[in-house]
This record gives sequence, structure tokens and C-alpha cells, in this order.
Amino acid sequence: MSARAGWNLLESLAAGSCSALDAVEAASLRTRALEPRLHAFLSTAFDGAEERAKQLDARPARGPLHGLPFAVKANLCWEGAETNAASRVLAGYRPPYSATTVQRALDAGAVALGVANMDEFGFGSSGENSAYGATRNPWDPTRAPGGSSSGAAAAVAAGSVAFALGSDTGGSVRQPAALCGVSGFKPSYGRLSRFGLIAFASSLDCVGVLAPSVEELELVMSVLSGVDERDSTSSTLAPFAPERRDDLRGVRVGAPREHFEGGVDPRVAECVRAALRECERLGASVREVELPHTRSAIATYYVIASAEASSNLARYDGVRYGTRASGDGSLQGMIEATRAHGFGPETRRRVALGSFVLSSGYYEAWYVHALKVRRLIANDFERAFEHVDVLVGPTSPTLAFRLGERAADPLAMYASDALTVPASLAGLPALSTPCGLVRDGDVDLPVGLQWIGPLGADERVLSLAGAWQRATAHHRTHPPLADLAEAAR
Amino acid sequence: MSSASAARAGWQVVIGLETHCQLATATKLFCACRNEFGAPANTHVCVVCSGQPGALPVLNREALDLGLRAALALGCDVAPRSKFDRKHYFYCDLPKGYQISQYDQPFCTGGGIALSSGKFVRLTRIHLEEDAGKAIHDRGESTLVDLNRAGVPLIEAVSEPDLSSSAEAHEYLSALKEILQFAGVSECDMEKGSLRCDVNVSLQREGGPRGVKVELKNLNSFANVVAALEHEISRQFEALSSGEAIRQETRLFDVAKGVTRTMRTKEDAHDYRYFPDPDLPPFTFEPAHIERVRSFLPDLPAVRRARYVNVLGLSEYDAAVLTQSRATSDFFEAALRHSEAPKELANWLTNEVAALFSDATSGVRAIDELPFKPFDLAELVELARTGRVTRAGARTILRAMCAQPRAPRELMRELGLETVSDSGQLEQWCRQALVGRDKIVADVRAGEEKALGALIGPVLKLSAGKADPKSVREMLLKLIAAP
Repeated sequence: MSARAGWNLLESLAAGSCSALDAVEAASLRTRALEPRLHAFLSTAFDGAEERAKQLDARPARGPLHGLPFAVKANLCWEGAETNAASRVLAGYRPPYSATTVQRALDAGAVALGVANMDEFGFGSSGENSAYGATRNPWDPTRAPGGSSSGAAAAVAAGSVAFALGSDTGGSVRQPAALCGVSGFKPSYGRLSRFGLIAFASSLDCVGVLAPSVEELELVMSVLSGVDERDSTSSTLAPFAPERRDDLRGVRVGAPREHFEGGVDPRVAECVRAALRECERLGASVREVELPHTRSAIATYYVIASAEASSNLARYDGVRYGTRASGDGSLQGMIEATRAHGFGPETRRRVALGSFVLSSGYYEAWYVHALKVRRLIANDFERAFEHVDVLVGPTSPTLAFRLGERAADPLAMYASDALTVPASLAGLPALSTPCGLVRDGDVDLPVGLQWIGPLGADERVLSLAGAWQRATAHHRTHPPLADLAEAAR
Repeated sequence: MSSASAARAGWQVVIGLETHCQLATATKLFCACRNEFGAPANTHVCVVCSGQPGALPVLNREALDLGLRAALALGCDVAPRSKFDRKHYFYCDLPKGYQISQYDQPFCTGGGIALSSGKFVRLTRIHLEEDAGKAIHDRGESTLVDLNRAGVPLIEAVSEPDLSSSAEAHEYLSALKEILQFAGVSECDMEKGSLRCDVNVSLQREGGPRGVKVELKNLNSFANVVAALEHEISRQFEALSSGEAIRQETRLFDVAKGVTRTMRTKEDAHDYRYFPDPDLPPFTFEPAHIERVRSFLPDLPAVRRARYVNVLGLSEYDAAVLTQSRATSDFFEAALRHSEAPKELANWLTNEVAALFSDATSGVRAIDELPFKPFDLAELVELARTGRVTRAGARTILRAMCAQPRAPRELMRELGLETVSDSGQLEQWCRQALVGRDKIVADVRAGEEKALGALIGPVLKLSAGKADPKSVREMLLKLIAAP
């Protein structure tokens, strides 16, 4: 058996050089070997996956995702699997239904391999807020993979799966994709159904996809998209249809000035500038644009997202599912104890913050005010897109940081999202692709390039980034896991 | 009584009502579960209404349209754009930890209800929201939760504090219930909880500033609303008269003792942390749609009563009886389309048909259980009115119609109840009845016409109900006068 990695599977399956069972067995072997080092998964379903692969191989018809093993972030309901959003409060919770996106992937022939680790409910940018232990970065196990889709990004980077379903509220797909050196796409708000996505901040939450390259992202997007009547905020746009491009001729690229300032690591900025020069070589014109309200984005985001989160998490009361702590025996006592024991420190912080900004007397000054600034941030983008077709800049201000480095400083952690949050607030499609490595001490660490398009222009963002990616091939550099891959043989 | 008791010392009573009505939709407000009262616990529950992680609400347009009908029936102004908000509190019967309701943009405002005195009770607003489940505390040590009711659509109608007595509150509630029932919006059955009501009441000096208001809860019948108000008005009057201040609070009505007692004070008031529900886009009513819904709105009871009295010439009493329920009124109007005798029809419906419902042997308990059509009743009334069948015979046919859905004319023939107009046969029965009743005949001859009744009875009996009493009477008089 060959030690096939996730990044080979689409091609091998398409060429018929391997079966669904081969692909799933390879993914299982690799995952078994890497899990002790990465902890990308909260649970795995190797036997079920292999069984499913056999069934798929036996069928005459092949779905568009035939045989592709994938990981499901722990906040996407997967019927029968423990879907706990990496929270103690949902320990043991097995949903009676699957999220629309999960079901569509399964129906298209993809094979779910396991449940991916994450920051509890999506609250975090390092993966360290999982109640079940942090995931490690495949490029350097002492570093964070980013978050909140920490396990999804690590699993894709390690070649354990051909793609992963994640979620992105303020950067939770793009930032870990950048820190792990994979491609991660957050569609326009509403382009993928939220039905079955355990809610964090409903007006910002997007299901997203992580994969070794844009090619898989386009394929998966075309399978998952399309209106869903069970989500009233689901977009009525036609299903995603990939646009093939071979160069960037005539494309107007905007580089947001604010995305290169402030806390952006100069090595990251330089790597991104090199990527912009590659854009020019491929025929694009690059100009600087201004997004003046960028500096307010983090504050705005944390008010709105926490407000919605405090409300969305109100259902975890110990009455109907998940864990229950008895407290003083009264109903209110049980609810208080369940939430005190069930929620981690960051979750409690967000619920407290969100409850505060929604409370009477503070609502206008905080929540309503934040909604107004959100509008201004969206206006910035609208003005920029009058002059450019796509915005390109860094995804994360820094390289992958060390586990524990920011854990005690919530504000430093929140700053990790400074460049991803603006597109989330405006609901725009945004993608991170790897654009090179930076030497940091004795390790090479990936840098992510963020592509942002106008609302609904998901196809454009992916086709432009795809053309750039095929021409530059930064995505073909993988983390140094050869020893482990070898062990998987 | 209350107005009298409060007015006694120059105090004015100020009452406002908040009324919740469950909408008579097929399914719940945000999911496809059935909206049905009385099903086994937790059988109408899904991922949405049980608040499973990841589930999302989808608005039921039928509920929106029933809300719209209520608004139009009550003369409200429909907001061109409205939205849903989340109202947060923790309780075991509230699956999401918040109720989806409407806060600052209710779907309609204004409107109101006219009382018989001519007073117009204004509505502040009506908004849409979902019901909570039901916590059951009386089955052993633990509390049980039934989520069948969770997510059932409600409208909450909030009145202005325009009411000034318990009698007015009662009249307002009766009228509101009647209108919502006629408009097909809600069953409004307090026993089933499809109508619920909270009351705000305060006392103030005539012409003085508004008093401190107290909210009364747990009022599960109109009688309880009246009783709770009576008690609360007296309590506040006693307190104010002796110089005590009224505390702003919520009080619970104790049905057994007939008193109100403190449930929570203003200090324990919840902060519901309302904010717009991001799962539900704002909704709009197109003007054309509003007009379409308006055009399907049936005539309301007050309009029907006026028409029955002024156009059909019925008595106020009959008009009131006929409009006690939409079903009765609709049945009457449908039958009326096939009849030229509204008074007789009303008479039959309010007497003979109504009598069926209180008679267990009829097998019919309510108007909507009648196995025959309004047309059939119209035909039966016509047969009786034109003398084709006697009233007694028609009554027999009516019972037969309950057992087998056949045309009254057919049943009349089958049962041999057609009035005998053959005077030979009639004379024969009468002669037979006169035999051996010489004393009565003598009385009649002596001018005691009342005695004639004692002869008519036997004739009718001999004819087995087929003889028309009027013809019998004439025949008897003829025979007695000239034997």
C-alpha cells in the first residue's frame, strides 16, 4: 500500500488509480499515525468510513466527491456522532440529524473520517480553548494551529483528509488555514446553509471548507451550495459554479493599506508583497486601497459576536441534553451549576460580555453602536470594490505562535483576527491560500494570503486565487512529517 | 360592583389587559410540528422546537396571515415592515433559553374594541410570538416538561388602560374572543389555554395622576378575571384609603381563596435582553396581500347581529343566540340562502336543533357535528312552514336526519309523515275520537273552546302525527256544530 496523503487523493480517485476504500484506508492509517502528535480529532470513525467506502465502490454511479475522506468540525451536526463543539456542556451529545452541508457532502460520495477538534463553540484563535485538549500545528508541534477550526486545518495540513468542513465567524477557517499552510474558504454569508451548524454568532457564522488546494474547495463548494429552506438566511443565489482561469490578465487587485500596518509581522508583510508581485507577473494590476474603519473592526466584532453568542448559548441549561450539574437542587441552581461547570473560561467571558452589551441601559451604547460601525466597515469594502475586483493581503498578522503564548492575554488573542474580521462583518467571500514559508528559529512556518471579493462573488475569489495558486505552487509545500508518514506504511 | 365600590370615595379604576391567543394554525410558528392540543406529551416535537444545537427557525406564513386577520378584524394598522426579537430568560419549559417574540416593531398597532356603552377600548399593539412548553409539577418529586406547546404561535394583544371596571374588562374580553373566533384566528378556549390574560390595574384620584399599577396573573377564566379584579381593587382601595402606598409588583390570583398575593416585585424584574433575532429576516406585508386577506375576512358578530335584526327582522335575542358561535351563525346564513323564512329558520335552529345538543340520544353534541347540510334544514323548515308535515312530524324527521344523512323530503315519505289533507280520512279519525267523549263535546257546545284540546290530542294520536292540528280543529268544530 502506498502512503497516499490527502493532497493526492482527488487526483488519484479521479484518475481511477485508487478506489474509495484505498483512499479511506490511507487516510485512516495516516490519521492513526499522526493523532498522538497532533490531536486533530475528537473522535474518529475508521471502521464506519471503510464500510462506507466499500459500499461506494460497489455502486455503479460515482458522486462528485466519490471516496474523498473528510473531517467534520465538532460544531457541525453529524447524525449519530458525538457533536460537542469541544465543550464539556455538550459532552456525549449525538445529534438526531445532520447539518445540511454534512449531509450534502455525504450524499456526494465523500466519507466522513472523524470529528475535528476546535476552540469551544468557536471561541478562540489557537485551538487551545477546546475542553478536550489543544491541537498541535503539523509544522511545529509546539505551536498553535490557529483556530477555531484547529483540528480541521491540522488534519488537512497533515494530509490525513482530502478536505475538512469548518466554520468561520471572524476568521475561524482562514486564520488556521494560514497558520497551517492550507487553503481555507469562507463563502459569502448565506451561501452555505447554517442548518446544523451549532450557532456562535448567527449573523456572522458561515460554514467554510479547508483543503490542500483551491481545486478541492471549488469542487466541494459546488456540492454544498444551493438554497436550503431550513435556513431562512440562506442565500438564494444559484449554486456555486467554478469559473476556470489560467492567468490574472486584466484583473484589478487592491492591497488594503491598513492590512499591512500595525501589528503585522514584517516577514509576513514581505511574503505577501512577494505574492502581489506574482499577481502582477500573471497580468494583474495592483493598487493600494483604503479601508479606514479596519481599526474598529475587532471591537465591533467582539461586541456583536459576543452578544449573539450569549443568546445562542442560552439553550445549554442541562434540561434536555448534554451534561447536567445538580447545583443546589433547584431549577435555577441546576442551570447555574451546569453552565458554570460546562463552559470553559473563554466561553464564560464571551457570555458575560455579550449579556452586558445587550442589557438594558447599555444596549444602545454598545450593541446598537456596533451595528452602525459594522455598516461603515461594509461601506468601506463597497467603495473599494468600485475600483478593484479583489482585495489581497495577509490573512494573519503573525506566524503560528507558540501554544500557551497568548492564552493568558485575551486581547492579544483577539488581535489574531484583526485582518479576517472585517470581511466577516461585511459578509464577504474570503479565502486564505498559502503563499510561502518564513524561517522562524529552526522551523519553517507558512504564511497565508487572504483574498476578499464582493458579496456573492465567491466564484471570482476562488477562480482568481486558483489561477495564482496553479502558477505559483506554494500549496505543494507540506509540513515535514515524512517520518510519521513513513510510520504509516 | 367594582365601579361602584371604587367610585365610592372619588377613586378611579384604571385597567389594561394583555391577552395571549394561540393561533389556529396547522403547524407551529417556526417548524412543521403539528399545533394540536391534548396530544400525548412530547409527540409534536422536532429539532427546532426542542432547541437542539444547530437547528434554525423558519417562519410559518399561515401564522402571519392569521395574525394579519386578527389585526384587520380589530381595525389595527399593519406595519409595512416588522421583525422578530429574542426575549431571554431561563426556565425548563423554554428550550432555547429565549422566546422568539416582537419587541419594538410589532406587526400591528392601534385598533380597538367598542363596548356596548359606546366606549372604545384602544389597542396599543398586537405582536406575534411563540408559546413556551409546559412544566408539570404535580407528578411526583421531579418536574416534567411537555414541549408539544413549545413553538405554538401566539398573538399578544395589549390594550390601552381604557377600562374602568371588572365588568368592562369582562365585556372587552368577551368581545375580543368573539371577534377572534369569528375571524377564524383562534379557538380562544381558556380551558385549553388557547386564550390567556394578564391584567394591569391601578387606582387614581378622579382627575389625579396615574396610580402605581399592579399586574395580576394566573387568571384562567373570565370569572377569575372579574374576581381577581374585584379583590385587587378593594385591596388597593383599602390600602390607599388608609394612607398606604401601592407597590409596583406582579400578583398571583389564588383561585381557591379568591385573593391576590405577591409573586414578584419590581426589584426582581427580569432584564430580557431583547435584540433582533439574526436567524429570521425582517418580514413585510405587501399591500395587495393585506387586501386579499381582508377580502376573505368574514362579517364579524356585531355586523351580523345588526343585519339579522335590521334586515331579517329577527329579535335581538335570536340574533344574539345565533351569533354565539361562528359555526352557528355560518350554518344559519348558509341555510338562509335556500329559505324564504328567516324567522322560522332562526326558530328551528335556536330551539329544535339546539335541543339535539343537550339530548344524549341524538348523537350530536355541537353544530359542527351535524351530519346534514344547512340546505337540508332549510328544506325541513320549508316542509313544516307550508304544512306538508306537522311540527311534530318535522321534529321526528330532524332526529332521523341525525341518524342517516338523507333528504328531509325522502325521510318524510319513508316514515309516512306527510300531512294527510284527504278530508275523508280526517273526518274518519275525528268521528272515531268523538266516540265516548260526550261530556267534552257538551262542554265545547256550551262555549268552552278550551275543551277542544282534549279532543285534538286523540285525533293526532290516531293519525300517528300525520294530521295537521289546524285542520283537525276545524274538522272537529264542524262535526260538533253539525253532527
